[in-house]
Amino acid sequence: MSESVEVTLTVNGRPYALRLEPRRTLLDALRDECGLTGTHMGCEHGVCGACTVLIDGDPIRACLMFAVQAQGSAIRTVEGLAQGEELHPLQRAMIAHHAVQCGFCTPGFLMLVAGVLEHEPDIGDEALLDVLGSNLCRCTGYQGIVAAMRAAVAQMRGPKGSE
Amino acid sequence: MKPAPFTYHRPETLEEAIGLLADLAPQDGSVLAGGQSLVPMMNFRLARPAHLIDINTVGGLDLLAAENGVLRIGARVRHAAFHIPAEQGPLGAMLAAVARHIGHYPIRMRGTFCGSLAHADPAAEWGLVAATLDAELVAVSTGGERRLATSDFFQGVMTTALKPDEVLAEARLPILPAYTRFGFAEFSRRAGDFAMAMALAVLEIEGGVIAAPRLGVGGAEAIPHRIEEAEAALRGEKPSEAVFRAAAEAAARTIDPLEDPQIDMQYRRELVGAMAYRALRQACA
Repeated sequence: MSESVEVTLTVNGRPYALRLEPRRTLLDALRDECGLTGTHMGCEHGVCGACTVLIDGDPIRACLMFAVQAQGSAIRTVEGLAQGEELHPLQRAMIAHHAVQCGFCTPGFLMLVAGVLEHEPDIGDEALLDVLGSNLCRCTGYQGIVAAMRAAVAQMRGPKGSE
Repeated sequence: MKPAPFTYHRPETLEEAIGLLADLAPQDGSVLAGGQSLVPMMNFRLARPAHLIDINTVGGLDLLAAENGVLRIGARVRHAAFHIPAEQGPLGAMLAAVARHIGHYPIRMRGTFCGSLAHADPAAEWGLVAATLDAELVAVSTGGERRLATSDFFQGVMTTALKPDEVLAEARLPILPAYTRFGFAEFSRRAGDFAMAMALAVLEIEGGVIAAPRLGVGGAEAIPHRIEEAEAALRGEKPSEAVFRAAAEAAARTIDPLEDPQIDMQYRRELVGAMAYRALRQACA
């Protein structure tokens, strides 16, 4: 055991005052200390993307960052995506396009695309495909996920002049 | 898959960081930048630093600026910073094109240019860029500043000339003239995976013939470097299939290929030839 340190994480706008060892990854802290188990633990070496969360709007692998490093940043997880009962357009598209099978990879894909859209709201189709290659899904064969994300991106961009 | 315990340090200035490193390097202290290579190694316990000196909050290291003929890249500049051209000329365009090959989008949000050089994985794209352009690297310790040529910096697989108490504070790439052309080709089995071979061609076409050619190869040998024989086959020649083939063959022939259970030496040579050829065709297109 190394010495524990005081860390305050701000997750989905809410502060969590924690005491943890510096070696705790952000992923472990979110799941085990904050109780936010929507962020999934897959490979723990940055390959699968199941633990993707947003740090100050950037999609990152929560398994490759220590919780102590996230102090002072705005952390957003899949629990913060819906507005109350209203699902985020990305979430609705995942349902509509049957992009969820076992659901293990789903939060990672949602946060990945949510984060990329903060940087590139007008992302092109080819670039979107490249981004989706960041995460692994072992059920769907990806086609449903690609269809859902394409549809959601088009919808969120919206026809000019409408909402 | 949990890292071994360590003590965490978060310096605010470079002076503080190198002071900590001077004290802690002998006690297995290590610099933490983007963490996209070091943290996986720690999760696997392939690396067990006793102290981590996190430079992510060190002021000034986020410098990314074109000045006096060089692009200065500070130790905190992340791969994603190059998604948008960092400079208006061919160098900015080249870095943007190459950056898209580094890992995946979320990895590029954290990993850093200088961290990639310091880690010195032979498959790293930035190592190839630095070697091909003969980047100047600035190492800083409490003993002062050292400026290293890339050819002296890389010494082997994951081995550099950086001393344990030094931080790679900055990399400097030469700004390329506006008429410079480039081509980059990489082969890996999955998008975003480690390069099995890659080539970067940088050249000019003057009066219909190739001038100032640079051909770098990475991912195939212990360190990335320029291939003199290939450059000689290009210099002063009119761009043609035959010339590209001759240069590519020179690259394939002269490398000292890494060998692993999946990729034997001959396959690696052929990949290098194919990547060099593609990079040259792109550059001269």
